[in-house]
Amino acid sequence: MHEMSIAQSLIDIIKEEMTRHDATVLRSVRLNIGQLSAIVPQSLSFCFEVITSGTELEGAKLIMEVIPLEGMCRECKQAFGIEDYAFECPYCGSPDIETTAGQDLSIVDMEVD
Amino acid sequence: MKISVVKNILEANDRIAQENRAIFDESNLLVINLMSSPGAGKTSLLEKTIDALKNDFQIGVIEGDIQSSQDAERIARKEIPVVQINTGGACHLDGNMIRDTFKEFVFDDLDLLVVENVGNLVCPAEFKVGEDFKAMILSVPEGEDKPAKYPLMFHESKVLLINKIDLAPYLDCSVEDMKKEALKVNPHLTIFEVSCKTGEGLDSWYAWLKDAVNNRKSA
Ligand SMILES: Nc1nc2c(ncn2[C@@H]2O[C@H](COP(=O)(O)OP(=O)(O)OP(=O)(O)O)[C@@H](O)[C@H]2O)c(=O)[nH]1
Ligand SMILES: [Mg+2]
Ligand SMILES: [Zn+2]
Ligand SMILES: [Zn+2]
Repeated sequence: MHEMSIAQSLIDIIKEEMTRHDATVLRSVRLNIGQLSAIVPQSLSFCFEVITSGTELEGAKLIMEVIPLEGMCRECKQAFGIEDYAFECPYCGSPDIETTAGQDLSIVDMEVD
Repeated sequence: MKISVVKNILEANDRIAQENRAIFDESNLLVINLMSSPGAGKTSLLEKTIDALKNDFQIGVIEGDIQSSQDAERIARKEIPVVQINTGGACHLDGNMIRDTFKEFVFDDLDLLVVENVGNLVCPAEFKVGEDFKAMILSVPEGEDKPAKYPLMFHESKVLLINKIDLAPYLDCSVEDMKKEALKVNPHLTIFEVSCKTGEGLDSWYAWLKDAVNNRKSA
């Protein structure tokens, strides 16, 4: 269950940011979860709750949005959604595509007091 | 108050992996992160590869398992440096665990370091350890639907070894379909069809790997 280590990394970043901004209460955190990243949002939520319970972060809400995979063809320059994990251009068939969205696992922002 | 962060959550691990990479670079060491589901044949492939190439260059191995040192013992019989990491529950290796083994190796004496990750088709692909590239094994009995079900690892790997092709005649699974499905998720994969039992197909893998190590040394 790698959601545990990801929740831990997430909490490390949150604490660092809170210290930097002199914040003491965490209300919510917004995450973007790339479709390609092997994260189950419910598991991440669960791990986050387990790790934060009884700490000053208890009760904070995780707001997660799954970001679909998108690509751009380096041959024909078309942009498209990557369906069924098929990493080739649906217009010209070229495998030379750049994945422009849906790969990362990132914090977007957080609501603190 | 809203704080905008925009940070990769795995940033801390990525940073450690990068530091590991810089240390490997000093010794021009080729580092491979070898991944697969449990039992696909990672240790078997290592045993074969060590036998075939240990006169050509010096190989070191890091074995990652949740528990047990059986894989490290298998590798140690080949009389090459090996370190076992027991993750004690974690289903993947990360940059830190790899760093902790550094004191056990003399990297200047090595040409190739293979990290055998914990058997798991999901998350090892998410955590860099400082490797030059990821290689993965899919064994024939696992079925051709795996690339579509576990796309991340196929997408992140440079090399795919389809292992246990000796079993293909007994199964309703076509190696051709496996290749096709894997190439859909990653058209840039270099694919080898091998059997660690009969040795079939391994020669082209050895030749490819030899080139990779030599290119790394002269880089
Ligand atoms: N028939 C056949 N069996 C194989 C082949 N390669 C490996 N095996 C067998 O598959 C089993 C698992 O092989 P390992 O090399 O231990 O697999 P692994 O990926 O290292 O396993 P973990 O480290 O536990 O994840 C062993 O019984 C091997 O003998 C092959 O090409 N053909
Ligand atoms: Mg093994
Ligand atoms: Zn894991
Ligand atoms: Zn195109």
